[in-house]
Amino acid sequence: MTELQELYQQVILDHNKSPRNFGELPDAPAVEGHNPLCGDNVTVFVKVVDGVIEDVKFKGAGCAISKASASIMTTLVKGKTVVEARELFVRFHELVTEDGDVDPLVLGKMAVFAGVRDYPSRVKCASLAWHTLKNALEDKTDAVVTTE
Amino acid sequence: MTSSAAADNGATGGTQISSGFDIDAVRADFPILSRTVHGKPLVYLDNAATAQKPRAVIDAINEYYREYNSNIHRGVHHLSEKATSLYEGARKRAARFINAADSCEIVFLRGTTEAVNLVCSSVGQSIKAGDEIIISHMEHHSNIVPWQMLCNRTGAVLRVIPINDDAEMDVADFEALLGPKTRFVSLVHVSNSLGTINPVKQVIDLAHAQGVPVLIDGAQALPHMQVDVQALDCDFYTCSGHKTFGPMGIGFLYGKKQWLEELPPYHGGGDMIKYVSFDKTEYNDPPFKFEAGTPNVSGVIGLAAAMDYMEKIGHDNIQAHEHDLLVYATEQLSAIKGLRIIGTARNKASVVSFVLDDVHSHDIGTFVDHEGVAIRVGHHCTQPVMQRFGVPATSRASFAFYNTKQEVDTLAQALHKVIDIFGA
Repeated sequence: MTELQELYQQVILDHNKSPRNFGELPDAPAVEGHNPLCGDNVTVFVKVVDGVIEDVKFKGAGCAISKASASIMTTLVKGKTVVEARELFVRFHELVTEDGDVDPLVLGKMAVFAGVRDYPSRVKCASLAWHTLKNALEDKTDAVVTTE
Repeated sequence: MTSSAAADNGATGGTQISSGFDIDAVRADFPILSRTVHGKPLVYLDNAATAQKPRAVIDAINEYYREYNSNIHRGVHHLSEKATSLYEGARKRAARFINAADSCEIVFLRGTTEAVNLVCSSVGQSIKAGDEIIISHMEHHSNIVPWQMLCNRTGAVLRVIPINDDAEMDVADFEALLGPKTRFVSLVHVSNSLGTINPVKQVIDLAHAQGVPVLIDGAQALPHMQVDVQALDCDFYTCSGHKTFGPMGIGFLYGKKQWLEELPPYHGGGDMIKYVSFDKTEYNDPPFKFEAGTPNVSGVIGLAAAMDYMEKIGHDNIQAHEHDLLVYATEQLSAIKGLRIIGTARNKASVVSFVLDDVHSHDIGTFVDHEGVAIRVGHHCTQPVMQRFGVPATSRASFAFYNTKQEVDTLAQALHKVIDIFGA
C-alpha cells in the first residue's frame, strides 16, 4: 500500500461518500467545531440519557478525512457511556498524534486513521469532530476552535 | 474595460516575449526547482503564498553574513559603513523599482501586513467616530482586520466595495460609497485568491477628487507587473518581499513624502529619533522615523538582489510568459469535468482558483502533492471571498515566470487522478 493509500483507505473514502449519522438531532444541543486554518466546520448533536450516549449525529463541511472521522466517530460512540466515549477520545488522539504500534483489535475502526500521523497538516482534520464531541459531553456549548 | 484603462492598472498580455527569455536558463537560476518531492519533480504552483528565490538572492544574503555582517547607521568601522551603504543602496533600488520620486519614501518593514498596520495606526490617530474607511470585498485579511480594529477602537465605519460573480469590482459601486465622511481608501491591487487586477488608477483619481488618500496593497502585484507609483499617484503602496522573489520577513511601505512627514511614528525606539531626553523626544526624518530598532539588513540586501533579478528578466517577458500560462491553465483546467474556476475577471494575474465538485480542497492538495505539485488549498486568508462565492475553500494554482505549460499539464493529470479516486 502506498503512503497515500494508507491515508485515504477505502473505508475513509466510503464514509466520506456516505457519511453515517449525518443530520441533526432536534432534541439535543448543537455544539460547533471550527478550524480557522482551513475553514472546516462540524456540528455535533449528542443525546445523553443516564450517562449513556443514546443518539449522536453530525453535520458540516470538511475534507474526506474530517468527514469520515466524524462519521466513524458517531458509529463508535453510539450506545457507549460518556466515560467510555472520553476514553475513545484519548485513544484516538494518541493514534493520530503519537508514534507507536497500532493494534487494530484494540482500536477497531479507528485504526484506519493511523496514516494521519504522517501528515501533520491533516491531524486537525481528523481530530476536529472528536474535540467537538468532547466539548459536547462536557456540556460546553461554546464553539470549539481548534487548529490541532 | 478599455485597453488603456487595463494598461493603466497593469493588465497582463499584449506584450511579446523577447528572444532573450530562456525558460530553461531562468529555471536554472532557482536551485529549489530542481529538487523532487515524493520522488517526482517539484512543480511549484504556490507562488502567491511565497515565491522561490533565485541564486542571486541566496548568494547576496550569504555574502552579507560572510563578509559584511554588522549593525548599520552610526557605526564608524569598515563593516558598518559597508552594511549601511548596502542597506541604503537597497532603498534607492526599491525606489527605482516602483518609480518613487525620492528614496526617503521607502520604509523597510516586514511586509504588507506590517505596512497596513503602520498606516492604519498612524492615519488612525486622526480618525473619529462616524468617519468612513472603504475597502473591497476581495481584500486579504491583512487589509481587513487592521481597519476593523481601528473602527472598533474609534467608532469609524468600514464600507465594503462589492464584487460581481466574475470577482470584479465596479468603479460605480466605489463612487457610490465615496462620500463626505470617507477618510481613507485601502484597496488590493491584485487579489491573492481570485487573481483579479483592480482598476486602482480610477479608484485613486476618484478618491483624490474628494481629497481622500488611498493605500494600494501591492503584495500580489509586484511579482507580476511593473508598478509606477507616480503614475498611479497612490498615497501609499505596499510590498511583501518574499512574494517578489526576495527573502522572508522583509518588505516595504511606499508613502508620499508629505504623508510620511505629516504622520506620527508607529514604533518608538532607536534610530527613529534625532534627540531624546526625559522631557521630550524629537523624531527623525522619514523614512527613519518609521524604522525603529535594528532592521532586517540581510533581508533588505536580499530584496534588492531580487529586484535586480526581476528587472534582468524583464517585466515585459514576465507579463507575456505569465499571460500565456494563465490562458493555457484556464483552458486546461476548465476542460476538467466538474471543475469550476472561482475568479473569472477579464483583467487577471496568473492565479487560478478552483473547486472540484464534491472533493474538498484539502484532499485535492494532499493528492496532487504526491504527484510533486505544490498548490494552496483553503480560504487563502480571504474568508469573505469564500463566503461571497458560497464555497468553504478553493484550490489555487498561482504561477510565476519560471513555471511552464508542462507543469500545468502535470497539475491537470494529477486532478484527473483525484477524480478517479473520489469518483467525482
